[in-house]
Amino acid sequence: MSELTKLKIAEARDALRKGDVTSAELTEACLSAIEGAGKLNAFVHDTSEIARRQAEVADSRIKDGDAPSMCGIPLGIKDLFCIKGVPSQAASNILGGFKPEYESTVTTQLFGAGAVMLGKLNMDEFAMGSSNETSCYGNAVNPWRRGNDDEALTPGGSSGGSASAVSADLCLGATGTDTGGSIRQPAAFTGITGIKPTYGRCSRWGIVAFASSLDQAGPMTKDVRDAAIMLEAMCGHDPKDSTSADLAVPNFEAMLTGDIKGKTIGIPREYRMDGMSDEIDALWAEGRKMLEDAGAKVVDISLPHTKYALPAYYVIAPAEASSNLARYDGVRYGHRAKLSQGDGITEMYEKTRAEGFGDEVKRRVMVGTYVLSAGFYDAYYNRARKVRTLIKKDFEDVFAQGVDAILTPATPSAAFPLGMEVEDPVQMYLNDVFTVTVNLAGLPGISVPAGTDKQGLPLGLQLIGRPWEEGDLLNCAYALEQSAGFVAKPSKWW
Amino acid sequence: MLDLSFEPPKPKVIAGAKHDWELVIGMEVHAQVSSKAKLFSGASTEFGAEPNSNVSFVDAAMPGMLPVINEFCIAQAVRTGLGLKAQINLRSAFDRKNYFYPDLPQGYQISQLYHPLVGEGEIIVDMEPGVARKVRIERIHVEQDAGKSIHDMDPAMSFVDLNRTGVALMEIVSRPDIRGPEEAAAYVVKLRQILRYLGTCDGNMQNGNLRADVNVSVCRPGAYEKYMETQDFSHLGTRCEIKNMNSMRFIQQAIDYEAKRQIAILEGGGEIVQETRLYDPDKGETRSMRSKEEAHDYRYFPDPDLLPLEIEQAWVDDIAAHLPELPDEKKARFVKDFGVTEYDADVLTAERDLADYFEASVGGGDGKKTANWVINEVLGRANKAEVSPREIVAPEVNAAILEMVAKDEISTKIAKDVLEKHIESGRAPAEIVESEGLKQVTDTGAIEAAVDQIIADNPEQVEKAKQNPKLAGWFVGQVMKATGGKANPKAVNELVSSKLKG
Repeated sequence: MSELTKLKIAEARDALRKGDVTSAELTEACLSAIEGAGKLNAFVHDTSEIARRQAEVADSRIKDGDAPSMCGIPLGIKDLFCIKGVPSQAASNILGGFKPEYESTVTTQLFGAGAVMLGKLNMDEFAMGSSNETSCYGNAVNPWRRGNDDEALTPGGSSGGSASAVSADLCLGATGTDTGGSIRQPAAFTGITGIKPTYGRCSRWGIVAFASSLDQAGPMTKDVRDAAIMLEAMCGHDPKDSTSADLAVPNFEAMLTGDIKGKTIGIPREYRMDGMSDEIDALWAEGRKMLEDAGAKVVDISLPHTKYALPAYYVIAPAEASSNLARYDGVRYGHRAKLSQGDGITEMYEKTRAEGFGDEVKRRVMVGTYVLSAGFYDAYYNRARKVRTLIKKDFEDVFAQGVDAILTPATPSAAFPLGMEVEDPVQMYLNDVFTVTVNLAGLPGISVPAGTDKQGLPLGLQLIGRPWEEGDLLNCAYALEQSAGFVAKPSKWW
Repeated sequence: MLDLSFEPPKPKVIAGAKHDWELVIGMEVHAQVSSKAKLFSGASTEFGAEPNSNVSFVDAAMPGMLPVINEFCIAQAVRTGLGLKAQINLRSAFDRKNYFYPDLPQGYQISQLYHPLVGEGEIIVDMEPGVARKVRIERIHVEQDAGKSIHDMDPAMSFVDLNRTGVALMEIVSRPDIRGPEEAAAYVVKLRQILRYLGTCDGNMQNGNLRADVNVSVCRPGAYEKYMETQDFSHLGTRCEIKNMNSMRFIQQAIDYEAKRQIAILEGGGEIVQETRLYDPDKGETRSMRSKEEAHDYRYFPDPDLLPLEIEQAWVDDIAAHLPELPDEKKARFVKDFGVTEYDADVLTAERDLADYFEASVGGGDGKKTANWVINEVLGRANKAEVSPREIVAPEVNAAILEMVAKDEISTKIAKDVLEKHIESGRAPAEIVESEGLKQVTDTGAIEAAVDQIIADNPEQVEKAKQNPKLAGWFVGQVMKATGGKANPKAVNELVSSKLKG
């Protein structure tokens, strides 16, 4: 049975269509893998009943010859997605007990394509964190360990549960969301593939908002082909999201030729950070060589405003979050604090939000409130917006010069031990240094596992593409994946 | 375009203990957009529905819900802007105004601070014939209304009704061009009239569909003129904002009170603190709404859920091409084409429906006479019965009756009887006249016989009338009486006067 869970989406799809396996079998295999993986704390809400029902429907669709690409494929869904009738609480106590009466557009599309939902996945609270340690469910754990060391490592964040679950073969793929790197960093930390599409590709409707101008959903999968298949099912125009792009969705899988001859890949010199580890540097150089070997032209480029990206991000994202999270006030849904005699509405707000939000969320709400407040707005928020425009222009300039994609490291390090950086938020924020520029510019970015460090932990490389050119980007990533030949898997200890 | 000329009214002067003061007033009117659905959701805007029944997931700010602009509401705001001869901004944007309140589920109101949909325009505020104030409009922006908090239903609990949450409002902001309480009320009246003509707001103040925030300051005579020359606000006094006024009467009372309060402070050597105040109609006074410590910092920033709103000039032009004739033009046309007085034109154009009614009543007849008829005969009855003129009598009936008068078939007096009989029975005027033999006697032979008879019967009166020609009226009355009112009064007049002379 456990072998079934190791299948990739493409493999499972073909096996399902051939009748070699049923969705029910795949689903049961995943459900028992999940049951045996409690130590990973990846799944936080069990939806096995829904999964079995969906698998049954999928199997009859397959039998009827009506089998879209995702039909019968068991997935994990990040807790940030609202699922009708299922607890959806963004890993926050403030949404304790909340079960939406509606279904996010992305999951509606996935289910429409026949996907099976195994359960809700762990994450950082409101997607704020880079280690999954801000979750109200406790942290998810990375299935990877350093050599023989059994110290628990972070799966990254915020989509830590998704990364852990896919990496440990608890499901065939998972949804993630990415505001500053929340798909790509955990993918890199767990040796899987994760793509954040162009801002506007996936509808944000029904996904709990963190920072509206940066949030995008995307797939987290075992390889690039799976990412292409799953992304195609997730994205598309949604009139319910004003920022969703009215563009046709290409057949991404069909674009995976592996042929990148004549493509120009840029290596941005500003991404060579002070104190960057030799291993990351070496991996980056290897990646460059792999792409060159595959026939691409690799050029050095400059993205001059890169160094301002992280501070700008940590102004804009908290600013939007402080406003987006104002709705969690205890009035209509979710947690409401017990009030004392004589308490009024102010006490209700204060107590509810003090109890319901964790420290990192409170920190960002306070930072966001501060940067938007009278007297500081221009110095912080407006300046950050200007920086954002400049960062966007940096990318536009290099694309105008003929660069097709940009290669960078995905993270400054391999997965780090849980508990290590919790006390130092700024250190934690540095995890996003290579990924936030992509969100600020609204571009597609993909993290591909490309090697391991000395201790055997996976490392990822990031490719950044032109807006709306996810197909090309996926193909570049596919070529890189083929050259890298990363096949390592974590050994099961859980 | 037709325009009537006018002079500005004199600013209101208030005598203080030490010297004279003038008022400077600016208004922010919140007008609910007439629309079936809310600004960012498909929920109904119907008034008076069960509490919390017109609430979508978006209105309730459920997690992950997103606003989508209702194009019709934007068209309504553009229509309003065009009606106020204002600049329409082809690119505008929505901002979030952040504050916590239970009837504001999102924790922010979506509004337009930085880039409003409508820019500068103007309103001619009529005070009396030939006297009007031109008030400049600074901007109109589109925003969401909040819900309703109800604090007086339970001693321990508050209730929230979200039906109004997310309903589209236009905030129409004037420049400080209003110079007295009467002008302020007249401004709201005129604005309401225009909005109702345009069909962009029903103007129902009782339901809160039109509410005004009034900014009041006082200054010494002459200071305002300096402000107008330079547009430098430092010439003006510090203003206070009186929030949420929904009655013309209270607006005037509040301004009066507030001006006197400010003058007393200034003359006592104090300073006005810029603040938000509420008017208490029971006590007839304004009072401070919140202290400085509680002053809101709304942390406005562009709403990242909405792209900037871009509209096309062709779309605006299309709306402009279908704009109805507005009160000022209509009034000027009535004066010019129908020869009605400016005062009557004001009355007849107060509501678009009345103006249409009047025009339909004119038919091909005399405008001035129709105006008198509609104002005196129809409006009098309609106002008394508190119904619309159409419910009293169809305009075609007016036209038919007045046509008979014009053709000398009936007298004006008979016309009034015919109207009365028509209202009672619904019978057609011509049929009433025919069947009741009300047709005017224009046969001079018959009238002459009647005149002769009266003269013959009243020799003493004849003698008196010869001394005093004013008494001829008595003979006319007698003849009318004898003919059952059907005699043509003009013919009777002429015959009586010639016979008495003879």
